[in-house]
Amino acid sequence: MSRRGRRVPWIAVLVALVGFAFIAIPLVGLVQQVPWGDLWTNLKDPEATSALRLSVVCSLWATALSVVFGVPLAYVLARVTFPGRAIVRALVLLPLVVPPVVGGVGLFYAFGRNGILGQYLYDWFDVQLTFSTAGVVMAETFVAMPFLVITVEAALRSMDRRYEDAAATLGAGRLTVARRVTLPLIAPGLLAGAALAWARALGEFGATITFAGNIQGRTRTVPLAVYLLLESKPDVAVGLSVVLLAVCVAVLALLRDRWLGVG
Amino acid sequence: MSLAATVGLALGELDLDAAVEAGEGETLAILGPNGAGKTTLLRSLAGLLALDQGRIELDGEVLDDGTRVFVPPERRSVGVVFQDYLLFPHLSTLENVAFGLRSRGVNRRTARRRAAAALEPVGLAAFAGRRPRELSGGQAQRVALARALATEPRLLLLDEPLAALDQSARGVVRRELRAHLATFPGVRLLVTHDPLDAAALADRLLVLEAGHVVQTGTFAEVSARPRSGYVAELVGVNLFTGIGHGDRVELPSGGAIVVPGAGTGEVMAVIHPRAVALHRTRPEGSPRNVARGVVESIEPLGDRTRVRIDAPVPLIAEITPDARHELDLRPGTELWTAVKATDVTVYPR
Repeated sequence: MSRRGRRVPWIAVLVALVGFAFIAIPLVGLVQQVPWGDLWTNLKDPEATSALRLSVVCSLWATALSVVFGVPLAYVLARVTFPGRAIVRALVLLPLVVPPVVGGVGLFYAFGRNGILGQYLYDWFDVQLTFSTAGVVMAETFVAMPFLVITVEAALRSMDRRYEDAAATLGAGRLTVARRVTLPLIAPGLLAGAALAWARALGEFGATITFAGNIQGRTRTVPLAVYLLLESKPDVAVGLSVVLLAVCVAVLALLRDRWLGVG
Repeated sequence: MSLAATVGLALGELDLDAAVEAGEGETLAILGPNGAGKTTLLRSLAGLLALDQGRIELDGEVLDDGTRVFVPPERRSVGVVFQDYLLFPHLSTLENVAFGLRSRGVNRRTARRRAAAALEPVGLAAFAGRRPRELSGGQAQRVALARALATEPRLLLLDEPLAALDQSARGVVRRELRAHLATFPGVRLLVTHDPLDAAALADRLLVLEAGHVVQTGTFAEVSARPRSGYVAELVGVNLFTGIGHGDRVELPSGGAIVVPGAGTGEVMAVIHPRAVALHRTRPEGSPRNVARGVVESIEPLGDRTRVRIDAPVPLIAEITPDARHELDLRPGTELWTAVKATDVTVYPR
């Protein structure tokens, strides 16, 4: 900090410090509570391992589904002009701000046993999504996909579209252009979006517990287990929390150039 | 093989209405100021923009007729070298050149073999594994050319192929480009705002101003009789091709131009008509290029007068109407021309 540069009012610095402390102190609270010596033992608790396994499986499925459906969605939003596009985009991004519980209620009335689609799934195919692992994946996809769409759409809008022109003049049809030029060029954005979506899916709580319930080994993911075990086995809850925290730090580190603006 | 196009297109401020014709083995330079519609014209020929009206015909095949027919770019036999080359940054040099062949259904192995063969004549066989960012500007341009030619198009479009290069590299790259273009048998169209590129690379010029063709012809024709102030400013220069010998450029006609640092080998020497002074008697003083000549013609152009002088080194001079009256110039008048050696610019050809 240069002494001769323009100075910031001391009151702003003071308030900024309070804001920083407010974010930092709970993290310190969590980390100082971790019984580091017993961390490994705590994580080997059956309730912890089943939650961890379920979280990894479900969050990876949710990320994969977000990529499969989110990339074409972002592509259409970025490249096709159609009436109502602003409304479609707003709806797609709504889960970013809607309380996850509300999303869970929506999922319940759409895909639950008596939901507008769920009743046919149940009657015709005997498929029940509520209280199932598939339901967890759906809840996580619902909250995670917007992160992927918003990131990939931004990447598509900022890429140099003349590369697509060049590919077309070389004889590449639209699908070839998308596969061999567009996708590779937006790969960093796609990777960032997938990482964000994965982190969001991993931490998902509200929509999951509302739509899929809280059944050990089937729908009780790590966040649900942390909430439940904080009373009965606080050390296990803290251990699981610190694992989630570590994952988030890793994702932030991966995205630091893109989102935090430091090299 | 030939291209015949009438391009009618409205795009923002631009109202493009231009007829373009070029024959097999011919290089046509499209010259014009920024915003004249050069790139738009090129994009419509490539199929990246559809015509509002008009017609594009290549070897008798209609590519676009402004209404029903529109052949998309991927199905046109048109190769494009883009302004900053647009080599795919995620692919190696070899894969860039193989891209067109792969897109047209050639299998991977054959495409790679043919791409490697296409890199040979541009001298980049050793760079097949490099990424575009590891290439110099001149190398990237040669890769872009090899990529555009790998699919053996009937029409080759080059958009400002030398603009991305710094001045020191341009002469060499221009010379190489000329040699490579000569080996391509189809129709060649070159968009440029640099008259030197046009003079060195093209057989014929087409000058585009504000979306309209103002003049076509060989460089000699256009520079001798520019039809607008812009054309005069741009190409209405005295341009000579000769052999550099230390401090002089020797012309095939037998004359010579004195100029510091003329270089060696084939060079182009440019003298702006404004730099040519006219005298009724032999001038004495610093100019190194003093010659006797006869006024061939006098043409008013806006606020200046262009005087063509027949001499061993024929020159065009631009003078004011006042000066013309004072010197009492008329066709047949004998006079002296003077050009300072430092007013001559030399470029390697």
